Amino acid sequence: MDILIVLEDNNGKIHRMGLESIAAAQQMAGDLGLTTGALVMGAHGDALAEEASGFNIGEVLKVNSEYVASYSSDGYAEAVKQVIEQENPNYVIFGHTYQVRDYAPKVSAKLMKPFLVDNVAVRSNNGKPVFTKLMFNGKLFSDVHANGDGPFLISFQSAAFSSDKAESGSADVRDCSVNIDASMIRTESESPFQEEAGGVDLTSANIIVAIGRGIGKEENVPLAQDLAKAIGGELASSRPVVDAGWLPSAHQVGSSGQSVSPKMYLALGISGAIQHVVGMKGSKNIVAINKDSEAPIFEIADYGVVGDVLEIIPKLTEALNE
Amino acid sequence: MKIAVLVKQVPGAESPLPIQPDQSWVDEGAVAYMMNESDNYALEEALKIREVNGEGEVVAVSLGPDRIQKVIREALAKGADRAIHIQMETAGAIDPLSTAGLFADALREENFDLIFTGLQSDDLGMGQTGIIIGEILGMSTASLAMATEVGDGKIKVKRELEAGWFQWVSLSLPASVSIQSGLNTPRYPSLKGIMGAKKKEIKVVTPSSPDPTQSLEKVYVPQSDKQTVMIEGSADQIVGKLVETFRNNIKVL
Ligand SMILES: Cc1cc2nc3c(=O)[nH]c(=O)nc-3n(C[C@H](O)[C@H](O)[C@H](O)COP(=O)(O)OP(=O)(O)OC[C@H]3O[C@@H](n4cnc5c(N)ncnc54)[C@H](O)[C@@H]3O)c2cc1C
Ligand SMILES: Nc1ncnc2c1ncn2[C@@H]1O[C@H](COP(=O)(O)O)[C@@H](O)[C@H]1O
Repeated sequence: MDILIVLEDNNGKIHRMGLESIAAAQQMAGDLGLTTGALVMGAHGDALAEEASGFNIGEVLKVNSEYVASYSSDGYAEAVKQVIEQENPNYVIFGHTYQVRDYAPKVSAKLMKPFLVDNVAVRSNNGKPVFTKLMFNGKLFSDVHANGDGPFLISFQSAAFSSDKAESGSADVRDCSVNIDASMIRTESESPFQEEAGGVDLTSANIIVAIGRGIGKEENVPLAQDLAKAIGGELASSRPVVDAGWLPSAHQVGSSGQSVSPKMYLALGISGAIQHVVGMKGSKNIVAINKDSEAPIFEIADYGVVGDVLEIIPKLTEALNE
Repeated sequence: MKIAVLVKQVPGAESPLPIQPDQSWVDEGAVAYMMNESDNYALEEALKIREVNGEGEVVAVSLGPDRIQKVIREALAKGADRAIHIQMETAGAIDPLSTAGLFADALREENFDLIFTGLQSDDLGMGQTGIIIGEILGMSTASLAMATEVGDGKIKVKRELEAGWFQWVSLSLPASVSIQSGLNTPRYPSLKGIMGAKKKEIKVVTPSSPDPTQSLEKVYVPQSDKQTVMIEGSADQIVGKLVETFRNNIKVL
């Protein structure tokens, strides 16, 4: 096969970004005249293979090894590397998940082949793919290509492709064996856990008032608290506000925080980095206030104000309280 | 415990990013540089481990042109013991495999117990340099560290998973760990630290640049097809229009 899609397990189902990867691979296959295959592994390998076989993919490969039954970066990197060596694809497609961040760079190093990450689009230029990648925290885009011979590792950003676009079909499942032994696994993992939510449920909020680093300092946080109260909304934030200890982590929206879809999301002093945006772009109405007219948040905002949040927030609270 | 910390100089969050006429890169002359955010946390974590252990060495390592000596000095002022500067022109260079190879070459002989990097650079956002270095040097690796515990020839790392989940992973040493922002409170350099930094060693190495495995064609400002209604005027007018929008358009009041 020419394109190998690596599918991630999400409790027995294909991770949403895996479905998006299928759509991405299908587009590349169409544009460049290439064939596809998908790879599944882990404790839920059978269920994932079954699900994957329902898509328009050349074939589905299933790795059976006790060393990939649960995730370890060493085990997964070695397994994927060996499958790539056996199958010799030119492109290996991943979703840009946290798990992929953890082990795919190791595959790149083992093969000494580049890992082109976090792409939002791909197009063909004279039969060679050119990838569009976010840089500078989403403020700029860049066009990137790989040099030399494949295999090339490629990851796509969340929602770069719509999972609805993944074409269905029927694919055969083939078992694949890899040669891994215990000495290769240098890590030991405990069970995943969630931290106390602290009584903040942003997911059911109708209105969210979210602050970013633009709020300036901890002493300004109450201004936003007052606004949230005046408008009957919940207070949320971007990551730097939590990192600085200005709000507890339960308030964080984004890829490592909560995903929200309120009727109105008021983004105050938030630049709109992709890791924040993935957690709030489902909001019905996004209102952004930012002093930088070029902040990426304005690319997704329904309403925008170029201005100083420290000036606008107190006046807005006052007007709402009248 | 001998710890290398990679600190990268990147455009600050508020820096202007004008693009060069040929679109090959940003106009570096107009950029306000800072230490990469997650690297600052990585440095703090390394300094804390040295302090808790009461012994050991923290070595700041950076790759780039002469301007990066500023972040190297900053790391030394905060408490790193010495530094390595891998001198290299980096404008428009975007190949983590090559960069990581140069770091691995510079660090191999030093036999570090730990290499800490930031999770990702705020300019290129590759999120892989530290892990590749670890793999090349035969170290165990972990990404997205939100806490560390060192002891018994191991490092335990609390890894961030998606959507607010975490997992403790224990790694054999030597290990290369990439650090996520927010796991500690980075210190500011003291006046004494700043003075002392001037006397600390910065070893400069000048390798030749390898052939890149990936290349940048151009950088540009993203275009969106979303129609954003811009609300303008004086602060009072803006507030009036916002309240109207909340009431009549979004219907939340
Ligand atoms: C793996 C990973 C996971 C991550 N997870 C998350 C996550 O879950 N959630 C999250 O939010 N981020 C997350 N991040 C971080 C993310 O990449 C960004 O760094 C972060 O979202 C930026 O937050 P910000 O917009 O508040 O800060 P900045 O990017 O610094 O933006 C501040 C904005 O405020 C504006 N501003 C400044 N002063 C004012 C003023 N007085 N008035 C008006 N505007 C002003 C500036 O113009 C700027 O646009 C993650 C990163 C990684 C790598
Ligand atoms: N040129 C560099 N100089 C110093 N550190 C770097 C450099 N490039 C990458 N790093 C380190 O590797 C991390 C990840 O970078 P990246 O893989 O580009 O996202 C950064 O946070 C730094 O700690």
